[in-house]
Amino acid sequence: MLIRSRGEKTFEVFNIFIMILLGMVTLFPLIHIASKSLSDEAYVLARDIVLFPKGLQFEAYRNIIGNARFARSFQNTIILTFVGTSINVMMTVITAYPLSRKRFPGQSAIMVFYVFTMFFSGGIIPSYLLMRDLKLLDSMWSLILPGTINVYNMILIKNFFMSVPDSLEESAKIDGCKQIRILFSIFFPLSLPAISTITLFYAVGHWNSYFAALMYLNSRNKYPLQLFLREMLIEETVDVVDISNLLDVAPDSVKAATIIVATVPILVIYPFLQKYFVKGVMIGAIKE
Amino acid sequence: MKIAGGGIDNMIKMQTSRKTGQKVSQKIIQKTDNQIDQSMISRRNHSLLIKGIFKNYELYLLSLSGLIYLIVFKYVPMYGITIAFKDFNIYKGIFQSPWVGFDHFIRLFTSAKFLQVFTNTLLISIYKLIFTFPAPIILALLLNEIRQLVFKKAIQTISYIPHFISWVVVSGMFLDILSPNTGILNKLIKSMDFEPIFFMGDKAYFRSVLVVTQIWKEVGWGAIVYLAAIAGINPELYEAAIVDGASKLRQVWHITLNGIKPTIAILLLLRIGNLLNAGHEQILTMYNPAVYEVADVLSTYVFRVGLGQMEYSFTTAVDLFNNIIGCVLLFSTNHLVRRLGEQGIW
Repeated sequence: MLIRSRGEKTFEVFNIFIMILLGMVTLFPLIHIASKSLSDEAYVLARDIVLFPKGLQFEAYRNIIGNARFARSFQNTIILTFVGTSINVMMTVITAYPLSRKRFPGQSAIMVFYVFTMFFSGGIIPSYLLMRDLKLLDSMWSLILPGTINVYNMILIKNFFMSVPDSLEESAKIDGCKQIRILFSIFFPLSLPAISTITLFYAVGHWNSYFAALMYLNSRNKYPLQLFLREMLIEETVDVVDISNLLDVAPDSVKAATIIVATVPILVIYPFLQKYFVKGVMIGAIKE
Repeated sequence: MKIAGGGIDNMIKMQTSRKTGQKVSQKIIQKTDNQIDQSMISRRNHSLLIKGIFKNYELYLLSLSGLIYLIVFKYVPMYGITIAFKDFNIYKGIFQSPWVGFDHFIRLFTSAKFLQVFTNTLLISIYKLIFTFPAPIILALLLNEIRQLVFKKAIQTISYIPHFISWVVVSGMFLDILSPNTGILNKLIKSMDFEPIFFMGDKAYFRSVLVVTQIWKEVGWGAIVYLAAIAGINPELYEAAIVDGASKLRQVWHITLNGIKPTIAILLLLRIGNLLNAGHEQILTMYNPAVYEVADVLSTYVFRVGLGQMEYSFTTAVDLFNNIIGCVLLFSTNHLVRRLGEQGIW
């Protein structure tokens, strides 16, 4: 290798130091919260927890998992994520496919029709009034339908489809294959990296979103997890002391345990999809 | 191709046969021929279009579901914007409510509250632009210089974990960490004999909290695109620069940064187009009445006043104003970027 100057070596050490610091700053809040959720009441109340749990207990977790409202909202979110993501991915793939084919009359007009919505929208109130007129208020569908197709994701899939060799489509056509079958038996399996990426994006979006639910839902029993969390952590309207049932658990531990239980499912799946989404983001970054 | 080629062949044949059969002056023939040609071509194009539509009917059917979705959930709400120019009455509906012209806009521009909210939006957006936009670029440049690949990978993986955590949870965590009584940060501040700071409830600190938590959440994720762009730079450029005796700093400036310039331009453009979108999901979970004065932005205001106090028409006017400014910013920066010789969004 090349000889590096002294300045460069100093920079390298400094750089590694900066990166370690960054890693620590990123992880600290998460570790801190996890430790709080596992620590004993006395230490939590004395604000003694920094990085490691003291006086291990699991009561906080048992408490929150046993809480009926938490269980209900957790279940709502799972259903929402599953149903919503399935619809998102299906619709995105189906609309991206025709737009990725060689020019057919009106294609660019359709594209403009989509892209326009990325920059201009009706806004909060007209969307709310639409939901009201469609009688979708206070229903799970109000959280799913308005965001059925994310145009950015659709373009990502469209670009991926365009990179599939034309000869595959041609030969399938000669064999008398219908377009819908070409899509699902040739393009879909070939595009799995891109499709996994948007699946992850949509799923994370549903899992983490709360704004639509805040606007459209009224009934507590329909609340998704994030709204429950919002009431508990931010509005503090869910009585944490009541949840902790006056056992030997600090209210803060119950809050921390809720955060962990609500966040871990997403964090667990993402390392498996990591190599896909890094690729997916790159596809999005490269222009046609 | 075949159909089109055959068409042209036929046309040429017909043209020649007609020419030989007539005795009128050359000019007139040419003129009529041209006319016939044009009408034939347009007819031919017309039938090609119909054929094209017919041949691709499956593709149209596939497009249909998406178009219906767009019309119902995106374009119908755009029609709903008309209530900004009406006195919306919930019983009469959007269509039947009476027109009031620009009344709501006049009220908007003369209200002190709007000025405050607009200033907040602009300030928070600009702070975020100045601090959160370069952060991922710097991170990508620093990560790129790390030679220990396992370490690099590990730091990268850690850095984008927060992207997957919801704003509700992020706010919940920082409320805990920054709390003046129980927070770990204030414990540190107190241990150094300073007064505890109520970060989330102090007007002087709240906007900084917004910027810092935004960077914490998104810096790693934002760096992915730049790292991908850096990976696409031709390594021979670096070799050539080293042979020419360029220092590391010069290499970073002239090769790495220069190589990712188009990516930076496009992302900056998108960001500026979204400038007035100060991040309501974040602010809505972090703010509280104590800091409304510095934290209330257009979208949170529309949400709180519009839906909370049912001021439908007025807040739609606010939203429309926001939207139009966004579009103007996007078009003008796109124009500017193209003027400067970079590739714009379109």
